[in-house]
Amino acid sequence: MSRKAQAVGGSILTWPFIAALAVFALCLPVLAWRFLYGLGPTTGMNDGFPWGIWIAFDVVTGTALACGGFSVAILCYAFNKGKYHPLIRPAILTSALGYSLAGASVIIDLGRYWNVWKIPLLWNWNRNSVLLEVALCIMTYVFVLWIELSPAFFEVWEEQEKYPLLCRVARWLHGLLNRYLIGILALGILLPTMHQSSLGSLMLIMTTKLHKLWHTPLLPVLFLSSAILMGYAAVIFESALADEVFDRPRETKILASMSGIMVVVLFFFLGVRLVDLALRDRLGLVARLDFYSGMFLLEMALFLAPALLLLSRKGRNNPGIELISAILMMVAGTLYRFDTFLVGFRPGPGWSYFPTIPEMAVTIGFVAFEVLAYLFIVKKFPILHTGAPPHGLDAATPKPSG
Amino acid sequence: MSPTRRSVLKGIASAATLAASGVPKAFAAPRRRKTPPADAVGLLYDATRCIGCQACVVKCKEANGMPPDTGTPRGPMYDAPDDLNAKTKNIIKLYKGEDGRTSFMKAQCMHCVDPACASVCMISALYKGPRGIVVYDPGKCVGCRYCQTACPFNMPKYEWRTAFPKIVKCEMCRHLVEKGGIPACVAACPREAVIFGGLETLRADAKGRLAREPKRYFPKVYGDTDGGGTQVLYLSAAGIPFGKLGLPDLGDEPLPELTESLQHAVYQGFIAPVALYAILGFAVYRSFRSQHPRKGGEK
Amino acid sequence: MGPGEGRRTGFGTWEARGVSRREFLRTCAIAAAAVGLPGWTVGEIAEAAAAGGRPPVIWLHFQECTGCSETLLRASHPAVSDLILDLVSLDYHETLFAAAGRQAEEALQAAVRKNAGKFVCVIEGSIPRAEVGAYCRVGGRTAVEIAKEIGGKAGAVIAIGSCASWGGIPSADPNPTGAVGVSGILEGKTVVCLPGCPPNPYNFLGTVLQYATFGTLPALDSLGRPAFAYARTIHEDCPRRPHFDAGRFVERFGDEGHRHGYCLYKTGCKGPRTHAPCSLQHFGEVVGAWPVGIGHPCFGCTEQSLAFRVPLHTTVEIDRPTPPDNYPPIHADHGGVSVAAVGVAGLTVGALIGAGAMAAKKLGASKGEGKGENDKEAT
Repeated sequence: MSRKAQAVGGSILTWPFIAALAVFALCLPVLAWRFLYGLGPTTGMNDGFPWGIWIAFDVVTGTALACGGFSVAILCYAFNKGKYHPLIRPAILTSALGYSLAGASVIIDLGRYWNVWKIPLLWNWNRNSVLLEVALCIMTYVFVLWIELSPAFFEVWEEQEKYPLLCRVARWLHGLLNRYLIGILALGILLPTMHQSSLGSLMLIMTTKLHKLWHTPLLPVLFLSSAILMGYAAVIFESALADEVFDRPRETKILASMSGIMVVVLFFFLGVRLVDLALRDRLGLVARLDFYSGMFLLEMALFLAPALLLLSRKGRNNPGIELISAILMMVAGTLYRFDTFLVGFRPGPGWSYFPTIPEMAVTIGFVAFEVLAYLFIVKKFPILHTGAPPHGLDAATPKPSG
Repeated sequence: MSPTRRSVLKGIASAATLAASGVPKAFAAPRRRKTPPADAVGLLYDATRCIGCQACVVKCKEANGMPPDTGTPRGPMYDAPDDLNAKTKNIIKLYKGEDGRTSFMKAQCMHCVDPACASVCMISALYKGPRGIVVYDPGKCVGCRYCQTACPFNMPKYEWRTAFPKIVKCEMCRHLVEKGGIPACVAACPREAVIFGGLETLRADAKGRLAREPKRYFPKVYGDTDGGGTQVLYLSAAGIPFGKLGLPDLGDEPLPELTESLQHAVYQGFIAPVALYAILGFAVYRSFRSQHPRKGGEK
Repeated sequence: MGPGEGRRTGFGTWEARGVSRREFLRTCAIAAAAVGLPGWTVGEIAEAAAAGGRPPVIWLHFQECTGCSETLLRASHPAVSDLILDLVSLDYHETLFAAAGRQAEEALQAAVRKNAGKFVCVIEGSIPRAEVGAYCRVGGRTAVEIAKEIGGKAGAVIAIGSCASWGGIPSADPNPTGAVGVSGILEGKTVVCLPGCPPNPYNFLGTVLQYATFGTLPALDSLGRPAFAYARTIHEDCPRRPHFDAGRFVERFGDEGHRHGYCLYKTGCKGPRTHAPCSLQHFGEVVGAWPVGIGHPCFGCTEQSLAFRVPLHTTVEIDRPTPPDNYPPIHADHGGVSVAAVGVAGLTVGALIGAGAMAAKKLGASKGEGKGENDKEAT
């Protein structure tokens, strides 16, 4: 039985869409205020905490949650697990939207955004800067994601007989894409590996300002592995959500086997953290049972819980448990990033930070925009798969979603 | 794939091995320690000589054309900032100990020999300029504020309340120094509590003071090796360690050392990424071949 | 006691000179305030003075310029000089005496004999010790001998002026005459030192008034100086202190800052290390009549370590620095967190958790039936 991606169709202006639109609209005046009067009046950022949730959440956590495309691509293309194909397009869509919004968040967070075009200029590069690498990687990766997603658009535009120019251009681009597909897909795995680990490396230089429970030379490893986890978790979560919203059968088997991989990565993450702390004599900090050790223990609990839940085959096959584990993993990864960038960051006495309400409105508004875009694209373009899930291995080799 | 207890243990074991082997540290490419340039200039601040008159604060504002700071959190006090900020590049702070001892402390950019801010700035808007002064070029700055998070002294300040913000910090009055002058704070000081000169001369002077009057000073020159060395050196009164004056304990390793050695190890000559790309390309190619018997992509 | 009731008392004489009772009481009040005595003592002072219980004072002059005597006479109030001299019985004073020579000497000896153990010996000027005290002889006797003899027999010894307190100008390096203050000669005896070049007259007046009224001397510090006048530095009470605290200084005489009355610290003001009441009690009872008041830095005339030792325009450290309360601390408090924001964040997170839990339940349960068919696992 062949499986094909199909536009979901249906009305755009549903209640969820309108609600998301309203939430998004709330953040527009805040953005205007920010651009007219600066970051100070709109956000809670200050000289002690120059990075707030627009960096810690929108960029760092947002891109990790948008690592679904990356995580599934590793399985599908690097480890040759073709059965994960049905998950690729929705994952890439979420990734593309997530990374684009992370990019938008960077623009509104930058104080001198008009100079941003100077970043890609080779002769300006300070090759010592981790942030440069993150910026260039993410800029490139956003392109790659939309290119990877473009077949879904081309498939629709190629059929638009009413607009022959559009047709021709779409066909030509599609052909072009197919020629370089392998290179692009490989890039789509290489780039996130580089920048998700580098997002962790950003904090390496703060040897005195980052709490010792979070500062370690292994930050890149920890950030990369938790990004992979969050990517998988996001895929599971969105897949469940989409299947429910659009009333489709669950991809239980695929997701179950993915959960198995997550357990290994979860224990890897926990193991690296604990052994690293132990070898550098920092477990005493955990034993202190102060606020920081509390946050650390909460993180570890949130990583451990899904690991234990998914340990048994029964757990992995239970969609409910799978979903709870996915949510726990996303929360765990989010908390880990918040702790590394905000909670564990201690510039010195007298400084404190908490996002202001307008600041939070922008973050929430951007997420709402992502929902809007997702709903629109999924309804208009062939992203989600139809048909019953395959039985057994032989049905696990569909055509690539292209 | 069903992870049995075995593969879980495999996961943990590999994690432990990775952490224990110190691979990251071994990975780190060896990095030559930076030294100050031959014509490096600096400041030497002797807290035992400072009387807290704040003449340097006033003159710094004048020399740098900074506006008065009227927005203190303690109410509408005129131009009495309580810390460095976007309108204050230099400030004198007061330390009051529980034993009643007091000391003043001059706070401004430390002009580190191997600055964290210059290391992290994406396009070198902050860089180590002539004579080792850490210079800011707003023409390149994108306002990402990585320099603010990276600086262990929290020196770069930001203009939060404007649509066209800049980073603000002491630049050792380079507009005066370049013409053969001295920084305004040094010119203003009535007690020569802060002096300006060649870095090595100041270093020798500071050590000389410690040797001549050991009972007067805390036995250390801050900035000699701290954080890889700074071009602003500090002397404190006996019994008042530098931590009490707000100067962090940085050890001798420059801050960029860890992050740069790891980055360079991985990205040196771009070998690793290109190699990984090649491997991935091959893997993707193979999976395509197996998943669709026809060569390459579709259509 | 009403006006014109003229007992044979001091009052009567003063009234005869045209000083009203009110002026007299006023002077006593000023003197009491200067020495730090409470208001209720004014009456006692006035009565003691009026009753004629005036302590005899023997005033000796050695290596001095007579400035300290002059300072007592420089007053803008009419007859205060008389009052000062009438509150005490001045039995011997070389400058003010009409007598001279042997007559004066005899008067001195008579006064000492008559009031031995009760008189106040005021010494003005330093005492040279070099060459067996040869550098200062009065009536053939060295200053050392005179000071030892008369000071030894006094009820109280007051060293007025810097010279008598610690040596003053004559003791400036290289001190060829070996000049020292009175304490250097009269060891073991309580010497009230009133340094200053000259000291404010009220320093002297207050001390003597207290002794005259209560028979006690004011509290003295480790250098013998009365705390009421010498406990605080000029800097602590200086009217230009706000300029110092704000970092506004005179750079050169006559510049813009000087015209604005900025702090004179950078021109070498010794105020931060000089203990004296000049910043509060100006000279000649004219407001602003003191060095800083007229735009010249204090030169530290009361301090042995400063006056005639440290150059006029050399800056000094601050004794007991007292930065203003609003001085920036090492770690300033940069403000807290908005409660409303925390509330909203809490609500948002709570809503998300709730939604997540609900979604998990709903999504998990509704599609749970699919699990049976997919039990055939394939790797």
